[in-house]
Amino acid sequence: MNRLMMKLTIGSEAIFFLCLIVSYLYFWRSGNFQKEVAAHLHIKTTGLFTILLLCSSFTFWKAEQNHQRENFTRVKAWLIATILLGVIFLAGQGHEYYNLIKENVLINKNEFGSNFYALTGFHGLHVLIGLVVLIIVLLLTLNGFLRNKSSSVLSTVGIYWHFVDVVWIFVFTTIYVLPYIL
Amino acid sequence: MKAILLDSIERDLPVAHRDRTLLRWLSTVDHKEIGKLYLMAALLFFVVGGVEALLMRTQLAVANNHLLGPDAYNQIFTMHGVTMIFFVLMPALLGLTVYIVPLMIGANEMAFPRLNAFSFWISFSGGLLLYFSFAAGGAPNAGWFNYAPLNQENYSSSPGINYYAMGLLLGGIGSVTTAINIIVTILKMRVKGMSLKRLPLFVWMALVNGFLIIAAMPSLNAALSMLLLDRLMEAHFFNTTAGGSALLWQHLFWLFGHPEVYILILPAFGIYSEVFQVFSQKKIYGYVFVAASTVAIGLLSFGVWAHHMFAAGLGNTVNSFFGASSMLIGIPTGIKIFNWIGTMYGGRIRLTTSMLFAIAFLIEFTIGGLSGIEFSIVPLDWQLTDSYFVVAHLHYVLLGGSLFGLFSALFYWFPKITGRMLNETLGKWFFWLFTVGFNLTFLLQHFLGLMGMPRRVYTYQDIPYYTILNLLSTAGAYLMGIAVIILIYNIFKTIKAAPMENKDPWNAFTLEWYAGSPPNEKNFIDVPVVTSRRPFWDLKNPENRDYD
Repeated sequence: MNRLMMKLTIGSEAIFFLCLIVSYLYFWRSGNFQKEVAAHLHIKTTGLFTILLLCSSFTFWKAEQNHQRENFTRVKAWLIATILLGVIFLAGQGHEYYNLIKENVLINKNEFGSNFYALTGFHGLHVLIGLVVLIIVLLLTLNGFLRNKSSSVLSTVGIYWHFVDVVWIFVFTTIYVLPYIL
Repeated sequence: MKAILLDSIERDLPVAHRDRTLLRWLSTVDHKEIGKLYLMAALLFFVVGGVEALLMRTQLAVANNHLLGPDAYNQIFTMHGVTMIFFVLMPALLGLTVYIVPLMIGANEMAFPRLNAFSFWISFSGGLLLYFSFAAGGAPNAGWFNYAPLNQENYSSSPGINYYAMGLLLGGIGSVTTAINIIVTILKMRVKGMSLKRLPLFVWMALVNGFLIIAAMPSLNAALSMLLLDRLMEAHFFNTTAGGSALLWQHLFWLFGHPEVYILILPAFGIYSEVFQVFSQKKIYGYVFVAASTVAIGLLSFGVWAHHMFAAGLGNTVNSFFGASSMLIGIPTGIKIFNWIGTMYGGRIRLTTSMLFAIAFLIEFTIGGLSGIEFSIVPLDWQLTDSYFVVAHLHYVLLGGSLFGLFSALFYWFPKITGRMLNETLGKWFFWLFTVGFNLTFLLQHFLGLMGMPRRVYTYQDIPYYTILNLLSTAGAYLMGIAVIILIYNIFKTIKAAPMENKDPWNAFTLEWYAGSPPNEKNFIDVPVVTSRRPFWDLKNPENRDYD
């Protein structure tokens, strides 16, 4: 029941992000995005943070696996690793925003600014929500809850967390990789 | 027939504060009480939206009228549309779904009771926030579809559109969470034996509707988020003076907006499917066709949005495609009309108020469907767009379709919800006044539209026939107003009357009538194993059971 609920939720969220990505591509030509990306974004730095975010999917998967094996010490360890990776990703995004603002790329500067901040901002917001939920799950685990193998909490949260990663792959491809291909 | 004990909900549900009235309504998570909250909130907004409609019709009663100025008129027609669509029809239909669906599938609760309460309160807050705009310096004034660039700060400088965006965002989030809740409830909590092929049709419609909401609302939410960024942080999405696109708003809005009209009509189709069966005392004619054509409507509804944009200049190829797809979507709806007529054919028809609304719907909705098909012919659309012909068309489908469905449901399920029968004499007065008033108001607007009267303009010149047609149209609106007063009087009178003895006054077929009227706090103690599409009929007629 929980898992079905989460699948429906991410289905809805996926369409939300699809609309934002379509909007980004809609302004691609008229807003000279190719030039803007080349001038302001650094694919290598962000690529590194992308890899770290993808690693967090792996660490969460390990947490789920250990939950199934009822090895709760390891569940905690992998959860902490997941949260740290998520925090590092957000810190990376914050650093990127900081540099962009220094270079005067703002949400009200041009179409690129508007679309870039809307798309990455909403993704960042989803990472943040995921982190809040993960911290709650971690606290519950630390206090001895969720000790039942059949509990669906971890796998439900997992659907969401993996979804956030998958969305980032699409966002990263659209914003950072596409200018190099086209 | 063997009765089995329910074991779907054994965990303790959170209990509301029963000893305190206000706190109890604020904190309840019971699907029946939340359903009632939805319906009462919808009634409140219905009265408000209705008063706005009467204000508009009063302004338009005679030529060159200056009762409302253009500024006030723009705010009133915008608020009327937004209120009726997002805070009357949607909550009323969703509230009815939340109330009836668990009872129909033999469940004791929704899948997520707390989420259910969250959905209601966040949607209701959205409505309150929208109306707060009047106090905050002016209501939204760019129409319910709020086109760019009119929705931008430099053209609409009052804060109304910010409230439009925030109110609808809250309402949108509430609708999505309700839809998820409904789908999970239907897919996971059905009583033993109720396969998808035996779902009551109301539940089928609710299921398809849930998927429509989940898929359609995000597009609106994305558009509203961008609009808020535009207005509050000076982003460039829809600001055409700074590289933004007016067309993007139209695409995103109608990608939501067209499925939205099916979101408003599908639950009503479900209501009619139940009402026609019960008041003809016959099984639905062509169950599979009704269910399958609904799925077809659900899928097709995402491929027709640009027929709202024929005048935007998308080019002949795009226009032809969307014209054709719009004609196509008329087919599954037409199929259903025949299903309902077939259900009545040869049945023992009882002309209760509920049934009268259902029969009237067949006629009104067909008129609305026919004027809709006319719009799918592109050159005709160019001629008629933004005229009163559109106003007539959309009111024929939204009132003649969704609102008549709600009225039909109100008279059908009122005994279920309150344990008291609404007065049928008053009901029939209500029906005839409302239906005559409705046709008087909107049938004439077809002619006004054909004569070229533009919508959304606060007054008109004294051109031949304009004044008399508008005056009659206004008279019709007042008839509807009187009818609604009779309805509200009927409701208040009935609530104070003594409860009825019989829990099944209509001799109905589905499981919600197997529970008490009104149902106990725990809906069912035991539920029959379902072996056909009419489980309660089987229980009452063991010698004459269905086998399907």
